[in-house]
Amino acid sequence: MALRFEVLGRFNRARAAQLTLPHFACQTPLFMPVGTQGTIKGLTTDQLEEIGCQIILGNTYHLALRPTSELIDELGGLHKFMNWPRALLTDSGGFQMVSLLHLADITEKGVTFQSPVDGKPMLLTPEESIQIQNRIGADIIMALDDVVRTTITGPRIEEAMYRTLRWVDRCIAAHKRPHEQNLFGIVQGGLDPVLRDICVRGLVDRNLPGYAIGGLAGGEDKDSFWRVVAQCTAALPEDKPRYVMGVGYPLDIVVCSALGADMYDCVYPTRTARFGTALVPEGVLKLKHNAMVNDTRPIDPTCACMVCKNYTRAYIHCLVTKDAMGSQLLSYHNLYYMLQLSRNLHSSIVEGRFPECYIIPDSNLCASRNSNVVRFLWQFPKGDVPEWVCNAMDVAGIDISSCCSS
Amino acid sequence: MKFAVKALSSGKARAGVVHLGSCPSSIETPCLLLSTRKGLPIFISPDLLSSLPSPDSNLLQFSPLHLEGASSTLVSSGREVSKRCVNIGQEARWGDTTPNFDSSEGPSPKTISSIGGLHQMVGLHEYGFAAVARDSIQCLPECGSTNKTGASFETPCGRRLIKPVEYMEMITSMKPNLWATLADEVPAWANNKRNKTSVDRTVKWLDECIARSPAGGAVFGSIVGGSNIEERKRCAQEVAVRNVSGYWIGGFGLGESMEERPSLLNAVTDNLPKDWPRMICGLGLPEEVLQGVAAGVDLFDSAYIYHLTIGGFALTFPLDRTEKIDYNYQLSDQGSDRTKINLRATVYRKDATPIVEDCCCYTCQNHTKAYINHLLNVHEMLAQILLEIHNTHHYLGFFRSIREAIKEGCFEQFQKKFVQSRREHLAADVVSV
Repeated sequence: MALRFEVLGRFNRARAAQLTLPHFACQTPLFMPVGTQGTIKGLTTDQLEEIGCQIILGNTYHLALRPTSELIDELGGLHKFMNWPRALLTDSGGFQMVSLLHLADITEKGVTFQSPVDGKPMLLTPEESIQIQNRIGADIIMALDDVVRTTITGPRIEEAMYRTLRWVDRCIAAHKRPHEQNLFGIVQGGLDPVLRDICVRGLVDRNLPGYAIGGLAGGEDKDSFWRVVAQCTAALPEDKPRYVMGVGYPLDIVVCSALGADMYDCVYPTRTARFGTALVPEGVLKLKHNAMVNDTRPIDPTCACMVCKNYTRAYIHCLVTKDAMGSQLLSYHNLYYMLQLSRNLHSSIVEGRFPECYIIPDSNLCASRNSNVVRFLWQFPKGDVPEWVCNAMDVAGIDISSCCSS
Repeated sequence: MKFAVKALSSGKARAGVVHLGSCPSSIETPCLLLSTRKGLPIFISPDLLSSLPSPDSNLLQFSPLHLEGASSTLVSSGREVSKRCVNIGQEARWGDTTPNFDSSEGPSPKTISSIGGLHQMVGLHEYGFAAVARDSIQCLPECGSTNKTGASFETPCGRRLIKPVEYMEMITSMKPNLWATLADEVPAWANNKRNKTSVDRTVKWLDECIARSPAGGAVFGSIVGGSNIEERKRCAQEVAVRNVSGYWIGGFGLGESMEERPSLLNAVTDNLPKDWPRMICGLGLPEEVLQGVAAGVDLFDSAYIYHLTIGGFALTFPLDRTEKIDYNYQLSDQGSDRTKINLRATVYRKDATPIVEDCCCYTCQNHTKAYINHLLNVHEMLAQILLEIHNTHHYLGFFRSIREAIKEGCFEQFQKKFVQSRREHLAADVVSV
């Protein structure tokens, strides 16, 4: 184990904590930008530090292809290669393999696929995945799991769940650097509470440094999504970090945090920036829209980032999708937005004002305390809060009835 | 704007100082104007811009055409955009045959005025902006479509015709520190009649622009004349008697040869008063810049940095002016010629050293050739950002050594030695193969 997890504050199931990793002491809840190929698209490591990024996710699949894990190892590990002084997490490579390579096939041995470089058949085993991740050197590494889409039904889900447990043992055995890198196990089991329960127990038995809730954020309906998260967070140990993979939208992060999750990753903020969409408290702002051509307001008047402090929607409009600078500035804002969201989650839980400040808009309490608080329910000015959010908040013990018109 | 010549070297090269209202410090000349697209560097974001040496890096070149919207006329429809580099995102596309027909590239002049002008709009309050219609990267003069009503340019949005009235509307709303009047630039091979017309037209437009000149902002009178010495002289003399604060020398970098250029430049500068600054477009390469300096030019734009950057090249030529020049570079036969390196070359895959060992730019202080090689291979935008930072930093260093040579009175030797040393490398490489 190479981490310390200390809870600093709670509200019902929500918790704010300090997660101390070999390269950096992080505060949770936290959001991890995705730096697929050893870089966050269009931003320097300086800028990432500036906006408060604590930990970045690197994709093992992409890095193993280019520049290869051996080269990264030879040059001293990914931290040194990218010159990123803070924390890193690598995924196992399994997900990309399954989602990017339609000819991939999963057997007990591992994931067989066709190499995108030369078409040769290749096999990614749990052992190989861990070896690659050992060479890359991230603070947190992920066990290779048998990922199945939540939209699939039938015996395949059960098979995948048990295989995930068997593979975790192989990952643990293959892990050469347990004192420098933390191996997280991933809870699978589709949308079936029984299977999920078995998986959670199995992983907890292995006493891993942290746990991820996998197999979600793949097209399942939101009502099923939150229930799986709720079940897992209730069953996973209190004193270890919980990472919901592939989440996501600001709304999802707030709900999952209310239910007791700590870590998130998603390509959404940077990807949507490249399509000209900015994240704002009211939801999204499509800068490409003709309505923006002469709009001299900042993207988000409540945002303190360099982009919102200096630029108008009109100017960003003329850059987006046409100039590299447009992508850069929007990515900067969107990441700042997500990181500020995490910071607000952390501080509001620690300061005991999570429900007031977070959830309920127009509260006088909020206005005086923190003008940067994201009032996520501003997305629903007509009070049409989705039912799944109401149900989830109910379970989380947070009363949002004043915001719901129904 | 204030300008003063501070030192002269043998010949006509001069070192000077320009002071612009918005910049806290004076800027020494000869100096480089950094290229921008819509007011911001192409890849270097505004918060990283401050990592470049100041005040050298505080002067930016800008073309109003980048932001022009419905006010100008779309001339061509369905016609192939000329085969120039159209930079969209991080990839360059050549010979793009589907021009973007967005009628609005940017906010209207009214909106820009309400924001407070260019400096406000791009958040660079302590920088100086020089507005010139032509931008050697993406707004290229297209003399075939230029007519008596306006000047035509090839832009990423198709061919645009700009009339003096429209141009001045943009200048007035954008409020650059200095701006060049609208010119009719012709390439070196234009016939005499067309060339003469361009001079007459440019002078006429100069007067029209001055008549609509906003208060504040220094006017630079545009001088053309193609590759005809007499026309160059004539134009310079006409503009010299106008009420302007400086001179913009156009029509270069459009096909004239290295050999014929000095006499054409001299034909212009010999006929301009010494106390006003001279700005030029289209002299991008180091050797070309030196020609401009030798003729008495003070301000230069350059597309060189942009083309190096998108090609994956990093400048490495020595800036050290001492006799013994250190050439410890790895000789690579993959596009490296001891003046620049091609970071896509596989020889750099595991090179954990910075681009230039004692360079203090952000890129060299923080990243290795191996990392940039990887970024280029996986088509990541960060590669261009890091390269533009380094290349700009390096080229600003080149300008600094030019200024030092002038102040020490040895510019001519500096120019000779520089040109010779670059030729020697090429000769040596050829022999060694």
